[in-house]
Amino acid sequence: MLAFVISRILQAIPVMLAVALISFAMFAYVGDPVSIMLGQDFTEAQRTQLIHDLGLDQSFLMQFATFIGNAVQGNFGLSYRLSRPVAELIAERAPATLELAFCAAALAMLIGVPMGVYTGLYRNSWLSRAFLTFSLVGVSLPTFLIGILLILIFSVWLGWLPSFGRGEVVQLGWWSTGFLTWSGIKALILPSVTLGMFQLTLIMRLVRAEMLEVLRTDYIKFARARGLGNRAVHFGHALKNTLVPVITIAGLQLGGIIAFAIVTETVFQWPGMGLLFIQSVSAADIPVMAAYLMLIALIFVTINLVVDLLYYLVDPRLRIGRGAAGGH
Amino acid sequence: MRKRSVAALRAAAVVFLVLAGAAQARTVRWAASGDPNTMDPHSQNVGTVTMVLQQIYDPLLTRNRDLSLAPGLATEWREEEPTRWRFLLRQGVKFHEGESLTAEDVAFSITRAQQPTSNYGIYVDTVDRAVAVDERTVDILLKRPDPILPNKLASILIMSRSWSEAHNATRPQNTRAREEMFTTRNTNGTGAYRLASREPDVKTVLARNESWWGWGDPGNAGNVTEIVYRPIASDATRIAALLSGEVDFVMDPPIQDLNRLRAAPGVKVVEGPEVRSIFLALDVHRDELLYSDVKGKNPFKDLRVRQALYQAIDIGAIHRTTMRGQSVVTGTLLPEQVNGYVKAEDVRLPFDANRARALLAEAGYPQGFGVTLDCPNNRYINDEQICQNIAAMWSRVGVKTAVKSQPLAPFFAQIQKDDTSVYLIGWGVPTLDALYSFQSLLATRNGEQGDGIWNYGRYSNPRMDALVQRMKAETGEARQAAITEALRLYREDIPHIPLHHQMIPWAMRSNIQIPHMANNQPFFRWAVVN
Repeated sequence: MLAFVISRILQAIPVMLAVALISFAMFAYVGDPVSIMLGQDFTEAQRTQLIHDLGLDQSFLMQFATFIGNAVQGNFGLSYRLSRPVAELIAERAPATLELAFCAAALAMLIGVPMGVYTGLYRNSWLSRAFLTFSLVGVSLPTFLIGILLILIFSVWLGWLPSFGRGEVVQLGWWSTGFLTWSGIKALILPSVTLGMFQLTLIMRLVRAEMLEVLRTDYIKFARARGLGNRAVHFGHALKNTLVPVITIAGLQLGGIIAFAIVTETVFQWPGMGLLFIQSVSAADIPVMAAYLMLIALIFVTINLVVDLLYYLVDPRLRIGRGAAGGH
Repeated sequence: MRKRSVAALRAAAVVFLVLAGAAQARTVRWAASGDPNTMDPHSQNVGTVTMVLQQIYDPLLTRNRDLSLAPGLATEWREEEPTRWRFLLRQGVKFHEGESLTAEDVAFSITRAQQPTSNYGIYVDTVDRAVAVDERTVDILLKRPDPILPNKLASILIMSRSWSEAHNATRPQNTRAREEMFTTRNTNGTGAYRLASREPDVKTVLARNESWWGWGDPGNAGNVTEIVYRPIASDATRIAALLSGEVDFVMDPPIQDLNRLRAAPGVKVVEGPEVRSIFLALDVHRDELLYSDVKGKNPFKDLRVRQALYQAIDIGAIHRTTMRGQSVVTGTLLPEQVNGYVKAEDVRLPFDANRARALLAEAGYPQGFGVTLDCPNNRYINDEQICQNIAAMWSRVGVKTAVKSQPLAPFFAQIQKDDTSVYLIGWGVPTLDALYSFQSLLATRNGEQGDGIWNYGRYSNPRMDALVQRMKAETGEARQAAITEALRLYREDIPHIPLHHQMIPWAMRSNIQIPHMANNQPFFRWAVVN
């Protein structure tokens, strides 16, 4: 078990380096931070000086090596756009994104799983068909459109929910939370629904398909033959067996939710890391973009690891298999 | 459960009371797409920074609603000698943290704006040094005579010397430093509003400074007690926030939403011109264009070709359809608010596609040629659509035009390397004087501060350079004569193809009055909430 975790962590290092290299190589195409920092009036000498100060006159490999060297020490430098330490900026923005991602994922699980079970059990009821039609909408509409539609209905027409921002937040140490104020909770609703919509429909369809599959197996027939009630069969036996793929997908999607919160955050002006990234792209703020991409890579790697570990808990066969095969 | 809902109700009641209180407090909730990157007054010369900072800090000379100069921290100023100006300071002015304004503060601020890390160098380019003569007199010594010094100083905000020194901020924010500067997030001005709180990219709150020197003036009848600025990048969301009443004032409503906003209850659109000209600049320097199928020569060096491209543009169509009437069509470089503008020189060559074809044929291109037009797609109003219109119009007379449109960051990075054959650009004039435009856009690039730094078509004409030098040195009628001659040369030589001046609509809730400013910078000292 420990060996497995260590080997996974070792595997993660080249992944992180590759992400850093690729993202760094891309920065050559996002534009010139120098022209944005200099503004409208400057001399050629000022321009050369700034390029030199930022280290942009060094070779690509030198710049990359400097970046990695500093990053390993936790120093991502100063944002070109805001002149503030990058690590501090990201730490400030992380709570907003994580709270939003958590709400979206919770929403998707809490609604998606029951809907999936229901549509799996009662395939032909009108409610199931309604759910499936709804899920098609959720899968096919792009996130920004869902966001704008929700704003139109709930903010502009009905005036119930705010169209942007986080509302009032409360500082708990360095963590800013929107869960403790009424306006903060209200502000969370529309972005969470927007962000969680795709995942919700995905989980629902996945649970449904898995349920249909499992319900046909001998295992279920035997359970029924043992005289177990519907409830025990459906939830104790059938649902539990559908969970392995659901956990995989939900886990991997959690990374996706955090990473792709960019669109939702832009639509709702949600002050999270995704919005920070977008604002940095438009200013060619390389230190922030690099740090953000590294962080997202780290999140994906970590989530993959956690998902692998969760298999152990859910599927007893894996535990035995791994033990017998010595870690493989 | 029950207890909890009672608690929630109570919390809601508290929130409601706070909101009711805020309504009496006359708050303006203001939104635009970008957030100020810094609170340092000499670090970033961009509109999103100055629009907030000019509420907090005052310059020596401020501006009236029509952008004419008015006394600010200086009550009197005069040219003692051609290279020495004297400014008398207003008495009894205090910074937000209590320090009294002295001549030392003014001299310090001007010196600070001259530092290499300052982004405001062009406003003090002629200044040799500033000297505090006594408590309330400042002399500004110049390297050469500068007739528009007062205009330029209207852009230099005055800081407290002791406060800046105490916080290690005697130079504008420096990118070389590894540490964040104090002035990035803190202010201490003399202005009508002080910074109450700031969360970059989220919220900036300004509170009324009751002891501001200007409130006694009946012209400053504003009653706003609090300004909450929040950037909302997405156009749709910004407009939704205005329509739903979460925001009171949107500075940059998208043009396609204007009709809808006009029709919406509780919202109004205030229109006005902006001091920003949109034009096309051509590479008239290279012997062979980078992005054209003409080899061995540069067609843009031929005046007939430039004139043909000019006359091929149906500017009326762009004005009516793409701009939906929200532009001022022009035939010159300067908007009319700019000092030096001459109505008689603001004449366009008429749209005439046949004449354009004839001119091309005469220049040796009867079949036309191909070229790439570089264009930003998120910088000016409808920039990309304008380029597409022009490409279609040029293609119609035989100049097959491909549009390469990009976001502003890569666009500016590209054209600043002179890596273009023809590009669309917009030009604001913060000094409101003709020199700024001619010097940056049309002078030959010679390494001197400001000369030709935005001349990426590398237009170079000794006559124009001589006129720019005259604008720098002369005063009064002789100077206006130089500007008028430069405007005429601009028409004759066609270094650019002028298009229009932008209109800038501001959208606000009906109960709010904020006077429209042509420099797109609101002054809340004049804002009234009913």
